Amino acid sequence: MIEMEPVIGLEIHAQLKTATKLFCSCPVARGDEPNSHICEICSGQPGALPRLNARAVELAARAGLALGAEVNEISIFSRKNYFYPDLPNGFQTSQLDPPICQGGGLAIENQTGGKFIRLNRIHLEDDAGKCLHDEQRGQTLVDLNRAGTPLIEIVTEPDLASSAQAVEFIKKLHEILVHLEVTEGRLEEGEFRCDVNISLRPAGAAYLTTRAEIKNLNSFRHVGQAIEYEIERQTGLYDQGQPVIQETRLFDPARQETRSLRSKEEAHDYRYFTQPDLPPVVVTPARLAALRAALPPLPGQIRSRLLAQGLTGEQAAVLLDRRQAVEYFDLASQIFDQPGRLAALMTELLLPACQRDNISPLEARLTPATLAGLARLMADNTLSRRAAYDLFPELWEKGGDPAALARARGVTQVSDAGAIAALAAEIIAAHPAEVQNYRAGQTKILSFLVGQLMRRSQGAANPKLAGEVLTKMLNE
Amino acid sequence: MTEMTETTELYQLTLTEAAAKLQSREISAQELTAACLDRLESTEPALQACLTVLADQALEDAALLDRAGPDPDQLLWGLPLTFKDIYCTKGVRTSAASRMLRRYIPSYDAEVVTRIKKAGAVVLAKTNLDEFAMGSTTEFSAFGPTRNPWNPAKVPGGSSGGAAASIAACQSPGALGTDTGGSIRQPAALCGCVGLKPTYGRVSRYGLIAYASSLDQPGPLARRVIDCARLLQVMAGPDDRDNTVSTRPVDDYLSARPAPLRGLRLGLPRELWESRLDEETSAILKAALKTLEEAGVELKTLSLPHLPHSVAAYYILATAEASTNLARYDGVRYGHRADDPQSLRDLYVASRSEALGPEVRRRILLGTFALSSGYYDAYFKKAAKVRRLIRDDFFRALEECDFLCSPVSPLTAWDFGKFTDDPLTAYQMDLMTLPVNLAGLPGLSLPAGLAPGGLPVGWQLIGRPFGERDLLGAGLALEEAFPPLT
Repeated sequence: MIEMEPVIGLEIHAQLKTATKLFCSCPVARGDEPNSHICEICSGQPGALPRLNARAVELAARAGLALGAEVNEISIFSRKNYFYPDLPNGFQTSQLDPPICQGGGLAIENQTGGKFIRLNRIHLEDDAGKCLHDEQRGQTLVDLNRAGTPLIEIVTEPDLASSAQAVEFIKKLHEILVHLEVTEGRLEEGEFRCDVNISLRPAGAAYLTTRAEIKNLNSFRHVGQAIEYEIERQTGLYDQGQPVIQETRLFDPARQETRSLRSKEEAHDYRYFTQPDLPPVVVTPARLAALRAALPPLPGQIRSRLLAQGLTGEQAAVLLDRRQAVEYFDLASQIFDQPGRLAALMTELLLPACQRDNISPLEARLTPATLAGLARLMADNTLSRRAAYDLFPELWEKGGDPAALARARGVTQVSDAGAIAALAAEIIAAHPAEVQNYRAGQTKILSFLVGQLMRRSQGAANPKLAGEVLTKMLNE
Repeated sequence: MTEMTETTELYQLTLTEAAAKLQSREISAQELTAACLDRLESTEPALQACLTVLADQALEDAALLDRAGPDPDQLLWGLPLTFKDIYCTKGVRTSAASRMLRRYIPSYDAEVVTRIKKAGAVVLAKTNLDEFAMGSTTEFSAFGPTRNPWNPAKVPGGSSGGAAASIAACQSPGALGTDTGGSIRQPAALCGCVGLKPTYGRVSRYGLIAYASSLDQPGPLARRVIDCARLLQVMAGPDDRDNTVSTRPVDDYLSARPAPLRGLRLGLPRELWESRLDEETSAILKAALKTLEEAGVELKTLSLPHLPHSVAAYYILATAEASTNLARYDGVRYGHRADDPQSLRDLYVASRSEALGPEVRRRILLGTFALSSGYYDAYFKKAAKVRRLIRDDFFRALEECDFLCSPVSPLTAWDFGKFTDDPLTAYQMDLMTLPVNLAGLPGLSLPAGLAPGGLPVGWQLIGRPFGERDLLGAGLALEEAFPPLT
């Protein structure tokens, strides 16, 4: 039997982070009353005309620059015509030829080594509204709040050869676009969604075979699962000598399978043509140079820097994954330069709290200065790790000076060797049997004795110092 | 339709005359509005030029204006005007003469409506048209045709036929129409008034119900050239709600003066003058050319070789754009919805089939076909190429003369029903006007004389892009040589 290899290309839709829609001044907002953010333009009223959001063009160009694509000086909007109740104009306004960006790509790394995934294009387009099916009343209602939301569609070449590569690619792409504030990238909100084109061909062949397209995957996990299922399904077809049909399929996460949505014969004839209501989009060389100059460092560059500062790979990844986390970290480490300690406090305490309260780090009352102060108290042994973590909730609520709070709560750590020696003497006197056993070679008993000392100090003793003092006195 | 005399009725005043009398408070806005409404009431049964008459609202608005007093900065202060029923008017039904929108009330005003109102005008009525501006006679209005004031057995032209008939019958001193392939100029010619199609991009299309976006252009109709200048002055200019509108500053059209006829160079496109004109039209226009020549105008016959392809190119491009512009009328959010549809597809098919008229359906089908996969290159792409060639022809020709001059319609106003079963011949009737839209140029239609049968004959001047001021100057000169008919 011929060994087959998967050939995978992706189309990723990312919602651009703009205040207003692509062609009108309605806000881009989620979760509000249906049809509360619509106007004559985004609801397709007679006579309304689109006017292009310049910010969306800049964000698309920025994505292109970050991905090494060529940003076209002139690109054209086209109408993509089809009927659907959530499509108010009866056409989507998209870009066919030329799109705003062409080429570029992204290097990924995985177990099989590095690989460069080429991009075909990035184009701008508007999103549709949503149909809400009311099963009880047997009605379908239309909410146009999302209609006209700006998107970029990023289309790769068919350079991916496994689900792992595909997932690695979209994770990395997501990280870059979120970091550049091109998109908020909230997957659960559908702000970053992926279509997968997949086919099998004899291993090593240079040609492409009939592909299936899996639409609208909005989690990294589903992308991997859908590809796995589809490889299995198509392999099964080849093994049985049956053809793969060109069709659009949907992934059902509950059943872990893809199902046919429509075949090629049922595919729309979109009748693309130049959108006559919009002049060509122009990005002048001067504008492009300014956008390039304003491009912040990319996640890869920041990651290298964070690792050089002593963070673990995992800490760097968490900081890069959260909005404003790196900025917060940089501010804190300018005040107190112990990056590892700060990163630990952020990943273990601060960022989970931000996520819980749904705010970004720089909005927190617990400022970078407060976090730096807390880290300093831990570093000079004024606070135990436990005490520091106990103080965190109050600092999170109120902010303020951690040293003052620690004093007020009386939780500053005893790091005075004399005071600890006095406590150690009390403990040794109170536990003669354990001391004897220790001296007989059962050194594990030390931790029991340290625990007793900590208890007697009501947690205020520095445990490391307590261990050292006890060891020294027991060995005397 | 008489010379100005001491006994001129208020409704007979031209727009410019009325504006002066209003500003000097010789007449009040209410008097003029009331006079126009009376005139409208007495002529409307025979004409049916208007789809909605805003009698009470207009009188109220006029009363408000009178209370505030005239403002010399408001160029249209107190003037009752009409809008073709394809301009969206907030709170006032805007039907596009279609069953689809017969109960549609816009939530916003078109940019032109806003500007006209801001200039102090009173909105008197919404005028009839061919459904969605698709047609040349108003016979395709879902609410019945308008009749020609010169002879009610004849069509008024179209699609702005209601506007032209209303102006010719002195229902109001000025009207706002739209011109996609001749829809202002041809009815102006058939009804014996003046109509201006501005350069594409001179006037905002925001709020104009779209027929063919790359060709549609709002423009004025009135009984005098200088009236059109005044209306254009208010209409023209940049608008950030229409990205296709030019940011070029607006010229001072009101200061246009009649151009000296001696030495004026008029180019006569052979392809238009040698096409088949009816005898009356031909006779009137030839005599008119002779008059011009005697006055010292240099007439120069020249060729625009690609013009014979313009009807084909236009009916591919315009219908292609129309087919997707009208996709929004799907019965989902507003407009006509079929009763009890059995499926989504059924909802679309039934709603659209029931509520869109025969000419609109024909053009949607034509345009959908022209854009379809496998036909796009042969039709749409080729037509777009022809359009560029026609544009180049015009630009070349306009280097050899000051203006081009041509007939507007090959026939004087014709009988109802003459072409309704023969769309191809009907489309050929647009040969004189639609190339100007394909080239995006300004065109001014004005009367050349009255044919022996008692029907007006018009001609048009075609100018350079954004050359409206010069075009109006030439129009004023022709108007002096060929007196207005109304």
